[in-house]
Amino acid sequence: MAAQWRGKVNRIDDYRWEIPTSYKPGMRVTGLIYASESMLEHIFEERVFEQVANVAFLPGIVGHSLAMPDIHWGYGFPIGGVAATGMRDGVISPGGVGFDINCGVRLLRTNLTVDEVKPKIEQLIDELYYNVPSGLGSEGKIRVSEKELAQVLAQGSRWALEQGLGEPEDIVVTEEAGCMKQANPDKVSGKAKKRGIPQLGTLGSGNHFLEVEAVAEIYDPDAAGVMGITEVGQILVLIHTGSRGLGHEVCGDYVRRLGEAVRRYGITLPDRQLACAPVGSAEGQDYLEAMACAANYAWTNRQCIAHWTRESFAKVFARSQREIGLEQVYDVCHNIAKIEEHTVSGKRETLCVHRKGATRAFPAGHRDLPERYRGIGQPVLIPGDMGRGSYIALGTERAMAESFGSTCHGAGRLQSRSAAKRSLKGVEVARQLASRGITVKTGNLSSLAEEASQAYKDVAEVVSVTDKAGISRKVVRATPVGVIKG
Amino acid sequence: MEKDFELIDHTADVGVVAYGADLGQAFSNAARALFSLITELGDVSEVIYRDIELAAPDEEDLLVAWLNELIYLFDTENILFRRFEVTVLDNRLQARVYGEKVDSSRHQLKTGVKAATYHMLGVSKDDSGCSVRVIFDI
Repeated sequence: MAAQWRGKVNRIDDYRWEIPTSYKPGMRVTGLIYASESMLEHIFEERVFEQVANVAFLPGIVGHSLAMPDIHWGYGFPIGGVAATGMRDGVISPGGVGFDINCGVRLLRTNLTVDEVKPKIEQLIDELYYNVPSGLGSEGKIRVSEKELAQVLAQGSRWALEQGLGEPEDIVVTEEAGCMKQANPDKVSGKAKKRGIPQLGTLGSGNHFLEVEAVAEIYDPDAAGVMGITEVGQILVLIHTGSRGLGHEVCGDYVRRLGEAVRRYGITLPDRQLACAPVGSAEGQDYLEAMACAANYAWTNRQCIAHWTRESFAKVFARSQREIGLEQVYDVCHNIAKIEEHTVSGKRETLCVHRKGATRAFPAGHRDLPERYRGIGQPVLIPGDMGRGSYIALGTERAMAESFGSTCHGAGRLQSRSAAKRSLKGVEVARQLASRGITVKTGNLSSLAEEASQAYKDVAEVVSVTDKAGISRKVVRATPVGVIKG
Repeated sequence: MEKDFELIDHTADVGVVAYGADLGQAFSNAARALFSLITELGDVSEVIYRDIELAAPDEEDLLVAWLNELIYLFDTENILFRRFEVTVLDNRLQARVYGEKVDSSRHQLKTGVKAATYHMLGVSKDDSGCSVRVIFDI
C-alpha cells in the first residue's frame, strides 16, 4: 500500500506543486499542493497525491484540488484537502468533510503568566481533568432530552449560552457565530441523536485535547494585541474537539445514502468514500442540513468545555473569570463544507467549499468576520502535537484568491498510530513531556504514544510553508505547559 | 487455520484484513479485529448478547453496515463484544454477538474507532475461503 507514488508533479515555485490533469484520465482540474521540497519526499511515499488527484474527479470542482502542507493520507479525501464545487453543476461529498464534522479549535486568552501558572499547574490540570469529561466512553455532565438535543442541533453555541454556559462575546468570535443556519434536526437520524445525547460536553479521545499553553513568540505585536495577546509568557488555553459520535453517525448515514445517489446520477468516482450528490439535489441538501446540525453540536460542545475551563481556572487561582481575563480569541472549524462566495477566473461565484483538515482563512475586510477582526483578518488556530505547541495565524487576500480562503490546520501525521505505538510507550512519552516541563493527564496511556511528537510533522515547518506561500501569516507561537488528552 | 485477521498500517487510520472459511466467519473476524483495537479481548466476558439483522445493496455495503452497527452499540450501550455468530446470505446478515458492559476496573479502553469507511473496501471469495478488507477512521 505504501509504494512510492509514481506520478509527476510540476514545480510552480518553492512552495507550490502541481499535479497536471494528464496524470489521470478523469481529473477535471489540476491538483495544487503547498509544500516545501523537503516535505515532498514523505508525501510521495504516502501516495497521498493519488488522493488529491482522485478529488479532482468530483463533478463541478473548480480551481484546483488543493492540498495543504499538513496533508496526509486519509480515506477518500486526503486530510489537509480543500475542494470547491459550483452550486449549479457541482456536488457535495460527506467524505470531503469527514466523520468528525466540525472538529475544530477554540482559543482562550488570559491575563495570567507562565510564572503564575507553573507552581499550580498540577492542581490546574487535575481540576480541568475532573471538570471536562474526556476519554473513550466518557459521558457528559449535562444530560439533554431528545427535545433539548434538537435545540442544540438547531441553535449551536447559543443554546449553551442560554443555559448560562458562556459569555455573549464568545459567539461573536466563533466561526459562523457558532450556528449554521441550514441546520434541520429532522435530517439527523435517530441513531445519530442517540449517540449525541450522552456525549454532549465531552472532549472525546484520539487526537482531541485541552492544552494550557504559554506564548513563546509574537511575530506581529499589533495583530496579536487585537486578539488580546500582548506578551511572551502569557497563558492561553486551546480546546480541540468536535461533534463526537453524532457527527460520525451523520457522516456514515450520508456516505451510504449518497453512495446510492452516485449510481442514480451516473457519477464515476475512483473511490467509494468520495460518494457525493449534486449540491442542489434532495440528498445534497439533506446532507448539508444534517451536517450543519453536527457542526452546531460541535460548537455547543466546545462552548460547554470552555465554560468548565473558565470555572476551573477561577477555582484554582481563587479569582473571578473577569480578573483572570479568560476571553475567547476565536473558534474555527477544521472539517466542514460551507456555501461561500469566491472569485473564479474573474467571476463572482457561489461555491460549496469542502475543508477536510483545513481552516478557513478569510482576509481583513471580509464581511463574514466580526468587527473586531475586520482590520487584521480572521484568526487561524493551528494546533501542533502535544510537545511542540501551536500557532495563531491570520487569513490573507492571497488565500482568498488562491485557496478559497483556506490554509493548514495542524501538524499532520507522519507515522501511523501503530507505528508510533511500536516505537514508543505511553509512559515514555509522559516522561519525555514531563522532562520538558509539560504536565500531562490522560486516562489512556497507549493513546498518548499514538499522539507523540514523533508521529507528527513539525508544525513549525507546516506553518512556515503557508506563511511563505502567503495563504496565512503567522502571528503567535505558543508552547504547551499542561495537557489533558482524551 | 491461519490468522483470523491482520491489522494494516495506515497513517491516520487502521486497516483490517480478516479471513474466514465463509463470509460469516470473515465478518466475525473483522468484528473481532475491531474490538481488539478498542480493548484487550481477553479481558472481556460473555455476559450479554445482542441480535443484529441487516440488509444492504451488496456485500461490501453489508460489511460497513455490520461494523458500524457494532460501533454504534459500543457507543450508545457501552458494550464490548468478543464473540460473533454471523450468517451472511444474499446481502443479508443475521448475527448474535456476545460481550459485556465496559467496567473501567477490568477493561482498558485503547483506541476510539469513529467509523468503518468505504475506502479501499474489499470482499473477496475463492476456493480457499473469504477475505474482507476495511479501513477504520480512528
